[in-house]
Amino acid sequence: MPSQEVVFAGFGGQGILSMGKFLAYAGMEANLNVSWLPSYGPEMRGGTANCGVILTDEAIGSPVVTRATSVVVMNRPSLEKFEHMLESGGLMIIDSDLVNRSAERTDIEVIRIPAQTLAERLGNKKAANMILLGALVKRTEIVSLEVLLRSIQAHGKAEFFQVNKRAIEEGAQRVPLLAH
Amino acid sequence: MGNKVLMKGTEAIGEAAVRADCQCFFGYPITPQTEVAAYMAKKMPKLGRAFVQAESEVAAINMVYGAAGTGVRCMTSSSSPGISLMAEGISYLAGAELPCLIINIVRGGPGLGSIQAAQSDYFQATKGGGHGDYNMPVFAPSSVQEMVDLIQDAFDVADLYRTPSMVMGDGMLGQMMEPVEFREREPRRLPEKDWAATGLLGRTKHNVINSLYLEPEELEQHNTRLQAKYKTIQENETRYELFHCDRENDLILVAYGTTSRICKNVIKAAEKDGIKLGLVRPITLWPFPDQAFEETVTRTKFGYLSVEMSAGQMVEDVRLAVNGRKPIDFYGRTGGMVPHPDDILARVKQMVLEGVSLWH
Amino acid sequence: MALTFEKTKGLTDVPTHYCPGCTHGIIHRLIAEVIEELGVLDKTIGVAPVGCAVLAYDYFSCDMFEASHGRAPAVATGIKRAKPDSVVFTYQGDGDLAAIGTAEVVHAATRGEKITTVFVNNAIYGMTGGQMAPTTLPGQVTETSPYGRDTQLAGFPIRVSEMISTLEGACYVERVSVDSVKNVLKTKKAIKKAFEYQLAGKGFSMVEVLSTCPTNWGLSPTEAMGWLRENMIPYYSLGVKKDIAGEVK
Repeated sequence: MPSQEVVFAGFGGQGILSMGKFLAYAGMEANLNVSWLPSYGPEMRGGTANCGVILTDEAIGSPVVTRATSVVVMNRPSLEKFEHMLESGGLMIIDSDLVNRSAERTDIEVIRIPAQTLAERLGNKKAANMILLGALVKRTEIVSLEVLLRSIQAHGKAEFFQVNKRAIEEGAQRVPLLAH
Repeated sequence: MGNKVLMKGTEAIGEAAVRADCQCFFGYPITPQTEVAAYMAKKMPKLGRAFVQAESEVAAINMVYGAAGTGVRCMTSSSSPGISLMAEGISYLAGAELPCLIINIVRGGPGLGSIQAAQSDYFQATKGGGHGDYNMPVFAPSSVQEMVDLIQDAFDVADLYRTPSMVMGDGMLGQMMEPVEFREREPRRLPEKDWAATGLLGRTKHNVINSLYLEPEELEQHNTRLQAKYKTIQENETRYELFHCDRENDLILVAYGTTSRICKNVIKAAEKDGIKLGLVRPITLWPFPDQAFEETVTRTKFGYLSVEMSAGQMVEDVRLAVNGRKPIDFYGRTGGMVPHPDDILARVKQMVLEGVSLWH
Repeated sequence: MALTFEKTKGLTDVPTHYCPGCTHGIIHRLIAEVIEELGVLDKTIGVAPVGCAVLAYDYFSCDMFEASHGRAPAVATGIKRAKPDSVVFTYQGDGDLAAIGTAEVVHAATRGEKITTVFVNNAIYGMTGGQMAPTTLPGQVTETSPYGRDTQLAGFPIRVSEMISTLEGACYVERVSVDSVKNVLKTKKAIKKAFEYQLAGKGFSMVEVLSTCPTNWGLSPTEAMGWLRENMIPYYSLGVKKDIAGEVK
C-alpha cells in the first residue's frame, strides 16, 4: 500500500512548490490519488514557502498534511517548524548547505545532502531542489525514478530538463551512500 | 485514468466555466481566488468572449446584472469581503430573476479577517446576505473534480429557474491541486430566454429587467411566485452524500466542503477504536438536505456532530432538520484554522464513550 | 384632419409620473426621437437609474433595465460586452451619477465603454424630496442644507463634465441645457452626436443636461427656468468639453 504525505519547505524562489508539483504529477501518472496544497498569501511573498503533497492508492481525505511521512527542508526555520510534524520512523531530507544543524529527533531517518554544492557542480544552482526530490523518490520508492523523470519532461521547461535529470539522478545516488 | 489533468481549484473553476459556455466574466482581484480572474483574462479574449476587471465588486456584480439580463451565461468570482459588497447586487439579481454564477472562495472573517480557508459565510450564502425574501441555490464541492462538475450544474440550475446560483468553496479548495477530468455531459433541457433584454430585434413589446414593484399587491404576487419557485428548487435540486450511513452508527458527522474530507479521515481512524461513524455531506447548502436526516435519524445512537470551519452556522439547519429527535453537537474552528482529525476524534470519543455534549 | 404631431416611436403611451414643469419629459422625448431618427430602436437597450427617473423603463419603448442606485454604467458595461452590436444608454440624475455612482461612471468612461450616458443635473435630490446633491450650488438651500450649502462643511459642487472630459476613454462630452427652445434643440443635437459616436465605436460619450426641479426648488416652472439660467449656467458652463474629433470650442 504505497502512501506518502510529504511536506516541502524552504524559501520562496527555491522551487519548493514545483518540487511538490512534479511529485504530484508523477503520482498521477503512477495511477495514485494525489493532492497538492501550497501555503499562500503574504507569507508566500514574504519569503517562506511550503506545500503538502499526498500520494496514495486510497481516497484522499483532507489535503492538509498533519502527520508527514517525509519532510524536505531547504532552510532552518522550516526544519524547526516541521520536524515535530514527522511521524515516528519518517524521513527528513535536509539541504545541509542551507541548514546548519541536523534534526533533534532520534526516531526518524535523516538524510543530509549538500544540495547547493552538488547543484553548482552540475552547472545550475537552481537544480538543488531536484537533487533533494531525487533522493526523496529513491528512498521512499513512492513512484519510480522513470515516472518522476517523465513527469518532469512533460510538465517542466524543456530547456532545464537535462540538468534536472542529472540532478534527480545525483540525488538518487546520494541515498545509499548516506542512508546506510 | 482517462484524460485527467492536475489543476489548481481556482483554475479548474475558470476552465469549467469556459466549457459551460460562460460568455462574460466580471471580477475584481481578492485573495484567495484571484487566479480565477487571471485564468479568465487569459482564456476569454481568445474565444471572443468578454473579460472585464471591474473597479470594485459592486461594479462587477452589476456588470453581471447587465450581461445576465441580455440572456448570456455570465459569472463573477470573489471571496468573502467581496461577496459582502455584492450582496445588494445579488438581491437585485434574485428580484429580477436573472441567471448567473457567483463563486465564493471563502476566507476567514469578520471584517478583513484573514486569507485562510473558512466556512463562515454559510449564513450569508444560505440565509440571504442581501435584502428581501430570496434564496439562492448554493453548491458546496469537496474536491476540485466536484467543483468542476458543479460549475456546469450551477449554471444549468440558474438558467432553469432564472436565479443567481453560487458555488461556494474555501481557500483550501481554491488553492489545492488535484487531478480533474472535464467530462462531456448531457446538457439539461433549458427554457428559451424570451424574457431577455436583447434589443427589440423585431419584437413589438419591450422586455424590461426590473425588480421594482411599487404596488404592494404586485410585489406580494411577485414574492409569492418567487417562493413557489424556491419550493420547486427544494424539491428538485437538493443534493447530498451519505457516507457509511447504511449501518447502525454510534454517531453521524455532518460536514461539507473541506471539512467533509477531514471527517472521512476521522471515520477511518475511529474504526480502529471500534467507533462507528457515518457522514452526512450536504452538497447543496441551500436547499439544505433535510431528507438526509430523515434517512439517518434512526441509525445513529448518539445523534449528530456538525463539524465546520465556523463558529456554528450550519448546525442551526441540522437542528431544524433533526427537530429534537436526536442530540446535536458541534465542533468548529474559526479564523482560518482547519480542524485537525485528532481533535474531531477526541470530541467524538467524548460524546460516544463519555456521553459528554458541549453544545447547548 | 391633417396630422400635425406624431409622438415618437421611441416612447410608450404610458403617461409619465413627473411633476408639472419637470424637464425629464423633454429629455426623454429628445432621446427617444434620436433613437428613432438614427433607426436603432430595434437594437437599443436603456438603463434607468434610481431617482426621479426610476420608472423611465416604462416610458422608453426599447428594451430596458432598471439598475441599482448609481450602478447604471456598470450594468450598461455588462450589456454592451454581452451584446456588442446593441446601442446602450444610461439615464442618470445627479445623485445617482455624481454621488453613489461616481466610481462606476468614471471607470466606464476611462475604459472607453461604447455606451452613452445622459446625465440630468438639476442640483438637487428630487425623488427623496429636495436634499442636497453633489451638484447643489454653494449657498443653495435644500432640506439637508437648510442654511445654504456651506462649502466649509459640505464641500463644493462637482463639475462632472469637466471631470469626465479629462479621461482618455471619453470621446465626447458636452454640457447643454433645456431652459429655452434654442437650448432644447442644441440638447437634441448633442444627444444625437453622442449616440453617433457610440455607433462609430469611438468610446464613452456623455451629455450633461442642466435641468430644473420646480417642486423642490419651490418655484413655478417659469421661475425655475430663470433660476437655472441665472444660477446654474454661470457655475456649469455650457458647451463641448471634449470631442475627439477636435471640435472643442
